[in-house]
Amino acid sequence: MNIVVCIKQVPDSTEVRIDPETNTLIREGVASIINPFDMYAIEEAIRLKERFGGKTTVITMGPPQADDALREALSMGIDEAVHLSDRAFAGSDTWATSLILSRAVKKIAQFDLLVCGKQASDGDTAQVGPGIAAHLNLPQATYVRRIDTVHLDTSPKIMVVERLVEEGYEILELQLPALITVVKEINEPRLPSLRGKMKARKEQIPVWTHKDLNLEEDKIGLNGSPTQVVKIFTPPAKQGGKILQGEPKDIVEELYKEIKDFL
Amino acid sequence: MSSIRVIDSKCTGCSLCVKACPFGAIEIKDRLAVIDLTKCNICGACKDACKFEAIEVVKKVGIPKKDLSSYKGVWVFAEQRDSVVSTVVFELLAKAQVLAKDLRTYVGAVLLGHNIKEQAQKLILRGADKVFLVDEPGLKNYIAENYTSAISHIINKYKPEIFLAGATSCGRSLVSRIAVSIYAGLTADCTGLDIDPVKDILIQTRPAFGGNIMARIISPNFRPQMATVRHKVMPEAQPDRSRKGEVIEEKIDSLSEDKRVKFVDFIKEVTSTVNIAEADIIVSGGRGMQAPENFKLLEELAQALGGAVGSSRAAVDAGWYPYSHQVGQTGRTVCPKMYIACGISGQIQHLVGMQSSKVIVAINKDPDAPIFKVANYGIVADVFDVVPLLIRKLKESK
Repeated sequence: MNIVVCIKQVPDSTEVRIDPETNTLIREGVASIINPFDMYAIEEAIRLKERFGGKTTVITMGPPQADDALREALSMGIDEAVHLSDRAFAGSDTWATSLILSRAVKKIAQFDLLVCGKQASDGDTAQVGPGIAAHLNLPQATYVRRIDTVHLDTSPKIMVVERLVEEGYEILELQLPALITVVKEINEPRLPSLRGKMKARKEQIPVWTHKDLNLEEDKIGLNGSPTQVVKIFTPPAKQGGKILQGEPKDIVEELYKEIKDFL
Repeated sequence: MSSIRVIDSKCTGCSLCVKACPFGAIEIKDRLAVIDLTKCNICGACKDACKFEAIEVVKKVGIPKKDLSSYKGVWVFAEQRDSVVSTVVFELLAKAQVLAKDLRTYVGAVLLGHNIKEQAQKLILRGADKVFLVDEPGLKNYIAENYTSAISHIINKYKPEIFLAGATSCGRSLVSRIAVSIYAGLTADCTGLDIDPVKDILIQTRPAFGGNIMARIISPNFRPQMATVRHKVMPEAQPDRSRKGEVIEEKIDSLSEDKRVKFVDFIKEVTSTVNIAEADIIVSGGRGMQAPENFKLLEELAQALGGAVGSSRAAVDAGWYPYSHQVGQTGRTVCPKMYIACGISGQIQHLVGMQSSKVIVAINKDPDAPIFKVANYGIVADVFDVVPLLIRKLKESK
């Protein structure tokens, strides 16, 4: 079973702090990590490979330093990595990003399954996964919390998944190749092994630009993006609230008075 | 290609741009701003912040590929399950009416399903002027591929200028697919939507980085302008019995069902009576609840309030409560009218999932817990002292 995982490098939110004076994000010195949801995607790909054999490949689009994210995925047990990095990609919105990733997936050719995290922790859009599926015309299942069964001996190959929704979950049967996006519940990501780390350090990772992907410049970057960010601002800081103190009984009386209009 | 540069002769090295950059791409070197182009996203936040006009941004953006003036109407996607329209749709209809008034156009609703004709009337009473209905057995359950082909077809035929959907597990996945199929701009999880009075375009406001920054996004050269909207942020449209509207039933000959996806079943989760995405009030527990059985207390409080129970990551990881109730970065983002955090310290990953709640009550023994920074009402006390008394008070007052 050949699997491709798409990941993104994001700032570590545990280290993101707000400057109390300017009320803006402090990004300086903030470490970059693999988007937390993509860790589950990587783990699921490795588990499927361990069960069914095949090859796993990880792709990321991002600046040169995103190389670290790819090597971390390799150290966990992913077989190969591809880095999409090009100035012409800058400013790509989810439409253009999913186009670029889908072209790279196509170039890798043979695959049965594409796995993404449900969304990235910086942009929070959850649009790139389904966007890739649409560009490649693949069936999709988003918010997958469990892969129930996989049939590789049938034609076509089939996978049954559980998809988390607001009121419970749906069971979907997908013909492969397909795309899934995964949630935290699906597994617990492993730590890299020492051997994996050594292998990851030595690996040659190809870097592809828009030319390698045969992408016209009017389809990528700001130019190919239907949406434009016109302003970024910090929301007004939440004012520190009211602290209620004293005997629990008095606190409850006071709290009730404050909240009863909301009930 | 778009480009950005610092005009060294104008730059004073004041570092306002460094603070404004959401991507951490600017540094001051030798009293001059230097932009790291590998990190820069050309968003222009630095240009707006610069008081000396020392940053030049050339945005080469897509030019209109179609005649935009033929696109009219503000549409909403009428998401349904088991032939019942979701409440988020009524929120969309309220917003759509405001936007349509500003644009001097009509409100449309797209309703897909099987045996759902009577739901169309409900949409009209809540604000739709036209309901585009496709009633087919193959559309009974939401399947992204089939819904995409049906909706793309109707959009191409009737050409709405704005298309809104709820930012739900269905809406987000579906509209992403539609936007790619028809080459339109899509903005996720918006909390604000307005019309630019001069250009008549949609201004979409959304949180990113878990609400730590806000972005304003437009899609001026593509139609429809598409957005998913966060549930519970906007008020619902109320039914008005006097409203009249038109139901346009579409038969789609070309609707071929995608055989590659089969909807097998839907399993309703029985652990909770109310799901946290729909709840107006959420009572949430963290590590301070100490043991799984203590969540019963929170369930009792939630019941007295008519709300649902949420949980922090710590409590889910400890196996005290199911993942589907987890609030925060790796769980769900919620926006209820009231959020009561019990024994939750308030790590940033939790805060990003709940800080847009309208009223936040926090109960925690530790006066330094970060949750108090976002709480409207902070109670420094033991959960087990306060919550039982609060339950009793609520029951007495009913």
